[in-house]
Amino acid sequence: MDAIVDILLAVSFWTAAVRIATPLIFGTLGELICERAGVLNLGIEGIFTVGAMAGWMAVYQGLGLWGGVFVAVGTGMGFGLIHAGFTVGLGVSQHVTGIGITLLASSAAYFTYRTVLPDVNTPPRIEPFQQLPIPLLSDIPLLGPALFSQTALTYLAFGSVVVVAFVLYRTPLGLAVRAVGENPAAAEAQGISVVAVRTGAVAVGSGFMALGGAFLTMSAFNAFFFEMVGGRGWICIALVVFASWRPGKALLGAFLFGAFDAFQVRLQQSIGAAIPYQIFLMLPYLLSILALILVSRRAAYPRALMVPYRKGER
Amino acid sequence: MGRRVPTGAPAGPPMTASPTPGAPVLRLTGITKRFGPLTANDAIDLALGKGEVLALLGENGAGKSTLMSILFGHYTADAGTVEVAGPDGVLRPLKPGSPAAALEAGVGMVHQHFTLADNLSVLDNITLGTDPFWRPWQSRRAARRRLRALMAESGLSVPLDRQTGTLAVGEQQRVEILKALFRGVRILVLDEPTAVLTPQEVGQLFQTLRHLTGQGLSIIFISHKLDEVLTISDRVAVIRSGRLVGERPTAGASRGDLAEMMVGRPVAASRREAQAAGETVARLARVSVPDPRGGTPLKDADLDLPAGQITGVAGVSGNGQGALGALLSGLAAPTSGTLTLFGDPVRRHDAGRFTRQGVGRIPEDRHRDGTVGDMTVWENGILETYGSRAYQRAGWLRIAAARGHARRLIADYDVRCPGPDARIRLLSGGNMQKLILGRVLETAPRLILANQPTRGLDIGAVAFVHQRLLEARRRGAAILLISEDLDELFQIADRIAVIHAGRLTQARPTESLSLRQVGLMMAGEEADNAA
Amino acid sequence: MRLEPRQDVGLVLLVAAPAGAIVAALVLAAIPLAFAQVSLLDAYRLMATGALGGQFAITETLTRATPLILTGLAVTAAFRARLWNIGAEGQLYAGAMAAVLVASHAWIDSSLVMIAVMLLTGAAAGALLLIVPTLLKTRLGVDEVVTTLLLNFVVLLFVSMMLEGPLQDPMSMGWPQSEPIAAIAELPDLIARTRLHVGFILALIAALALWLVINRTRWGFEMRAVGANVDAARFAGMPVGRVMLLTAVLSGGLAGLAGVGEVAGVRGYLALDLSPGFGYTGIVVAMLAQLNPLGVVASAIFIAAIFVGADSMGRALGVSSYIADLVVAFALLAMLVAGLVTRYRLRRG
Repeated sequence: MDAIVDILLAVSFWTAAVRIATPLIFGTLGELICERAGVLNLGIEGIFTVGAMAGWMAVYQGLGLWGGVFVAVGTGMGFGLIHAGFTVGLGVSQHVTGIGITLLASSAAYFTYRTVLPDVNTPPRIEPFQQLPIPLLSDIPLLGPALFSQTALTYLAFGSVVVVAFVLYRTPLGLAVRAVGENPAAAEAQGISVVAVRTGAVAVGSGFMALGGAFLTMSAFNAFFFEMVGGRGWICIALVVFASWRPGKALLGAFLFGAFDAFQVRLQQSIGAAIPYQIFLMLPYLLSILALILVSRRAAYPRALMVPYRKGER
Repeated sequence: MGRRVPTGAPAGPPMTASPTPGAPVLRLTGITKRFGPLTANDAIDLALGKGEVLALLGENGAGKSTLMSILFGHYTADAGTVEVAGPDGVLRPLKPGSPAAALEAGVGMVHQHFTLADNLSVLDNITLGTDPFWRPWQSRRAARRRLRALMAESGLSVPLDRQTGTLAVGEQQRVEILKALFRGVRILVLDEPTAVLTPQEVGQLFQTLRHLTGQGLSIIFISHKLDEVLTISDRVAVIRSGRLVGERPTAGASRGDLAEMMVGRPVAASRREAQAAGETVARLARVSVPDPRGGTPLKDADLDLPAGQITGVAGVSGNGQGALGALLSGLAAPTSGTLTLFGDPVRRHDAGRFTRQGVGRIPEDRHRDGTVGDMTVWENGILETYGSRAYQRAGWLRIAAARGHARRLIADYDVRCPGPDARIRLLSGGNMQKLILGRVLETAPRLILANQPTRGLDIGAVAFVHQRLLEARRRGAAILLISEDLDELFQIADRIAVIHAGRLTQARPTESLSLRQVGLMMAGEEADNAA
Repeated sequence: MRLEPRQDVGLVLLVAAPAGAIVAALVLAAIPLAFAQVSLLDAYRLMATGALGGQFAITETLTRATPLILTGLAVTAAFRARLWNIGAEGQLYAGAMAAVLVASHAWIDSSLVMIAVMLLTGAAAGALLLIVPTLLKTRLGVDEVVTTLLLNFVVLLFVSMMLEGPLQDPMSMGWPQSEPIAAIAELPDLIARTRLHVGFILALIAALALWLVINRTRWGFEMRAVGANVDAARFAGMPVGRVMLLTAVLSGGLAGLAGVGEVAGVRGYLALDLSPGFGYTGIVVAMLAQLNPLGVVASAIFIAAIFVGADSMGRALGVSSYIADLVVAFALLAMLVAGLVTRYRLRRG
């Protein structure tokens, strides 16, 4: 019990919670945008991976950190466009396309990395994003450093939540996205191109996903490891359901998850000897499954999610 | 069609032709459209005058909706041109395949199946697509002002901030019309708008349409109901099997002439001979049951289903028919009250059991619930009976037996298809329904649930279904006929109950009811006893 | 441009489609090969000889195909019923672990009985693992894609825990791997001094059996109906929940068998790298075979050939072995397009 309180009172715990949450915020936002438009994007795990590799590689090749971010987002959007070509353009199975994109993006990432750096034993490092404390705000006890003494990409994540929420609920484009995911025929009858809106949503969403991957190699860590994404993409899929497809709740869900993950790491350190470390590592995945079970009953899926729209099909 | 049949539309003075019938606002020339081997539209020419109501009359499947979908840009024609007049009155070609272009040219459409996003408010649905995407704000205040003016002008009133998913069907239709008016359309197409309305609401709609044409709007009104067409239109164009077979001014057009053009051959109306009721086959006693699809639940319903009688249930869709259908299909169990089947109260509500006990079920939606599109005709033939000894032994399917069964159904029920091995999705709606009918009726069930059995069917198929139901009635089956088509109910049902907001009225003999009474009950009002 | 459903599909098209997809995938492989700056001609030649040039190459390909046939069948069975089983990888490891638990010591005298028991427990382990997400789907409406995916990670961690704990081979010097299984539990080789084992024949039998179940039995009829239109199946009175569970048992069981085969036929013990993604590759195998169990055999052999050939080519030319994963991914996406072509034709507007 003391161990628990100790953990909760440590600044490093809250800082870690926000850091762990950041890629999940990007990933959940990205998937949320895709699903709101009616497309399930199971390519997320692969896009995370390729975003991580592409961003890191761009920095390694000398393009600078923000150059790396740009490359990662562009790569993500590229894979998003491929996904959209299959699912929106051709109307084939969103499940299978997503798995295909994950396989394609992951293997492209690994192949490219191995081909450019064939003989490395320890993965080379880059200079990652540095901490950017915000004056005054970062002095607030406990939460100050956690929220306001993070790296640039974390601030970008917070900003993204606000922007996505604004666009989705207050702009004509966002209205179109929400309509297309609920009843594409309604949007089509109002002169909106369902194909264009869905394709755009998948591309933008995939860009966010790649950003989540880039955070791992350019901010949280400073090198690219194989299998480093470790299922974060799939966890984001669960988090989208948990967040009821709303950006604000996505932020909350990502943060709760980050807190839980940070907690289990520290718990392992204090009482770990008795319990095998694998049990602790299992907990995040089991928690995601539990979260899905809790919300699935009342889940208000976008009604046209996973239903391919073919204009003029009888 | 010789016999006069009670109609849905209240009688009103026929619409007089507008004073200047001249200048056409719309011209379709040589429109042709094929879907695979099916020619839906065959070189159709059509013109619409300013301020005119043109009715497009034809039976289900004739090609009317396809033609209008081409106009609105949902489909692109294989041949032919569409020209729309601008505000200056000059006809210009319309860019095909683009609803945006159609709206831009002043053409609007109220679809048969509403195109509303249920999770959005009425205001959002109407303004959807009216603001350019690059704008980071929505012009909602201005839209609200305009809509209030429009609602006052047109006499249509809707709650702007409620989610459209929560509105009643009649209200949703008003939203659809306002959506078009908001876009400033000069031509409005309505596709079978009266299918989902009570007779009184139909009257209100017609009033609105007359009002709108008085203000210069031109209207195309698609329908398969002869009497409505005669009431509301200035001109009638009749479509049959994809071709335009005739055009007449409504004033002076004869019913018989139009009917014959519509159908092309004499079709005998089904006659219901008087027959005494037998014993009660099924009874609902104060039954409340939820709709597994989330629609209006059934509340405290009492209903008797006697043998040898067709008991009709009239009502606008969405008032509890789904729950009632699910109850008798064995798909939903009551939360209170008892369902008694063949004399015994039902303890286990299970679709398979009901079927084995002798309940025949014709589902409301033959594509969603009645057939598995990717499977063959013979597989669909045994969809409910595959477990019986006739079609399997120790788990192994007896495919030859199943194929033979399918061949028998095809012959006995006139199912037009390439053969028992054809994928059932290739069959037309009418033939699919005939197969379902055969599958249900050949086991001689004692209770038959017929849920919207003729929806979307052409006249020949409708007559076929009615015939077979009446045959089953003669053999002593009890039939529950849930239908939105009042003409059908008055024609073949012995007694009619009305469902509204989940409550069932008492079933009264058809002869004792008038259309007006039923219409009032469908809207939830108490009907007096005067006919 | 629009897509119009075809009235019928010729047999020619049904075979040409996956063939076309494989050719497209191999052609697309030129892109990464060019990026790796190797001679395309050499690369393709070495891949072909590495997979099919000589008895050793062919037996390697068939050995590699064995678990792919089984996971491909597992995915086929599940996908036919629209049960999105992405957890074949975990189910495979569950089966492998069960094999090791049951067969470490020769507590049964007869080799035949021991092998039968091992196969059954392996299948049961895989089946049980898939039953959990399936029940969550049928009872609580929880989407099975994410649950089966996340369980893969959980199972792998569990296996790791076991291999560093109770199952660890005391003679492995701290390396996480299990004791070898008893000799009488090993699946005998089909051809001496090769790795090709009896499991290959078992996989072929499984393919035939699955085909019969799906197309000739009432349970297959139910599975297909539920997969094609669950609403109509429910209306017709089919016990949808039970059908899903049966599908889960079939699918998980087949994936579990794949794990048993790898342990008892190839490795002899369980380690964390037993499967280089057989469970996921099974999805590609199944899609290439257009969810036909008999087609799965051919499709698995093709994919195995790609992996074995790419391995050999990679070692010879210094190309990363991930080229094989890339080609397989290309094949899956190409097959999605090819499958569309078999069902629709292109029409103007």
